[in-house]
Amino acid sequence: MTIATDKLKSNRAFLCLECGKCTAVCPISRYNELFSPRRMLAEGLFYDAENLISDKLLWSCLTCQLCSQRCPVDVRFSEYMRDVRADAYLQGKRGNPSHGGALHYIMEMVSESKLKQNRTGWINGDLKVKKKGDVLYFVGCLPYYQDFFAKDFDFSPVSIAADTVKILNYLGIEPVILDNERCCGHDLYWLGQLQKFDELGEENMKQFEKSEVKTIVTACPECALVLKRLYPERLGSGKYEVKHITELVAENIDKFNFKELGEKATYQDPCRLGRYLNVYDQPRDSIKSIPGVEFTELAHCRRGAICCGTTNWMNCDITSKQIQKSRLQEAVQSGAGTLITACPKCQIHFRCAEMGDENEKTGIEITDFVNFIAKAIDN
Amino acid sequence: MAKSAEKTKKSKSKKVFTPNIVAFACNWCSYAGADAAGVNRLQHSPNFRIIRTMCSGRVTPAFVLKAFNAGADGVLVSGCHFGDCHYIFGNHKAVEQFDKTKALVKTLGLDERRVRLEWVSAAEGPRWAELINEFVEQITALGPSPLNHKKK
Ligand code: SF4
Ligand code: SF4
Ligand code: FES
Repeated sequence: MTIATDKLKSNRAFLCLECGKCTAVCPISRYNELFSPRRMLAEGLFYDAENLISDKLLWSCLTCQLCSQRCPVDVRFSEYMRDVRADAYLQGKRGNPSHGGALHYIMEMVSESKLKQNRTGWINGDLKVKKKGDVLYFVGCLPYYQDFFAKDFDFSPVSIAADTVKILNYLGIEPVILDNERCCGHDLYWLGQLQKFDELGEENMKQFEKSEVKTIVTACPECALVLKRLYPERLGSGKYEVKHITELVAENIDKFNFKELGEKATYQDPCRLGRYLNVYDQPRDSIKSIPGVEFTELAHCRRGAICCGTTNWMNCDITSKQIQKSRLQEAVQSGAGTLITACPKCQIHFRCAEMGDENEKTGIEITDFVNFIAKAIDN
Repeated sequence: MAKSAEKTKKSKSKKVFTPNIVAFACNWCSYAGADAAGVNRLQHSPNFRIIRTMCSGRVTPAFVLKAFNAGADGVLVSGCHFGDCHYIFGNHKAVEQFDKTKALVKTLGLDERRVRLEWVSAAEGPRWAELINEFVEQITALGPSPLNHKKK
């Protein structure tokens, strides 16, 4: 069993020098010595790839792109994982999904075009939305996270959606929200389920085209990556521009009239927003422009930021927990009282790490970028 | 509305819709209750597949969603009555899990009547038979699930 040559060329695995820098920086390798990106490359390149394909650790890579930052020859390790996983998937191999795979079933189910979802219940009377317009707000999985996580983690994922609309309204934008938006397919893409990803993408693109929007805004880094880059790569580009909410807020920062907050805050760079989409300054500038907010950086930040510990709802284990705990410790050491992230999943993972042992709780406030901004414009 | 559209389609093709139902039953009460229905030769609808779990508390949203994803038209979760659970609080856990399941099923756009949580003891064979008949009738009235690809 070998990995197809054209795949090894396109993800640049062929160029690997076996220097091992990737393993040296990988957050998974730091806590799990059995996990090594360098070894996974060697296995796919020089040995029988069967070992690699059957390896449960194949599903542990966070596709966080930290290793690619250090790689001297720009091996696209995340893409390599996607390609190997696609082969493994076809052979019926699977990782260990978190939450019994519930979220993956949802992703698959919503690709069915006959399904008419009820996903707009969070739109309350104060929020102004339209049926037709230039700007579309792509909500993502938040309504499902609300059903699944709100009670256990004592936070409201749909408040991220509501506050995004609130910010858009503040800027004079009444966004269009699709009644039957599909999952963007991000997780399925990195898990190698490319056919399902395409199905979801085509459904979504059809709806974008029909609504004739010019700009799509999203408050999720994964949706942003998919809409900005992955759909155009696989399915062709649409006639719209895609913006993550942090970019939109930064562009319009002069229009905000913030009240004083009086908080010390730090920021977790989501992998997709940072290393994938190069959005580093926009969230920072916006947070810093709120009066009374003192901004501190985490020890690992920007290009060197460390992932929140799990991606794609896959192989969450003790290693994930260790990464999360060390990340929260960094936040405490930065002196901040609030940890801001721009990704709903980061927040879920950090909140999960805070549960359990009372003595290990850091007690740091965890919030989303949009919730933080909305709090500052509250009157 | 969707229901009546499904009905007209059915009468045209003259095919009778027989639902596929997945029933989760806990080992200590409901499964034994279903067994009792069989031992007592109680006639009831055969349109369900029973899956035995050690406790109803084990049935997380993932179980139910997996069944719907595989094309089930309805899913029943059953366990011991409160106070009877052999793991003491398992069925209270089941209620918590089921609340989540129901919310997800609703958001997905499936009729919430397609899922049900019921308590059946080992002695309640007749109740099991009744429950199954009633549920099958209800799901038949609702028609095939939009995710049931064989019935399209
Ligand atoms: S992408 Fe991230 S998790 Fe995966 S091997 Fe590279 S550094 Fe490790
Ligand atoms: S850092 Fe790059 S060249 Fe070095 S072992 Fe890893 S993938 Fe190969
Ligand atoms: S053992 Fe029957 S519900 Fe727990």
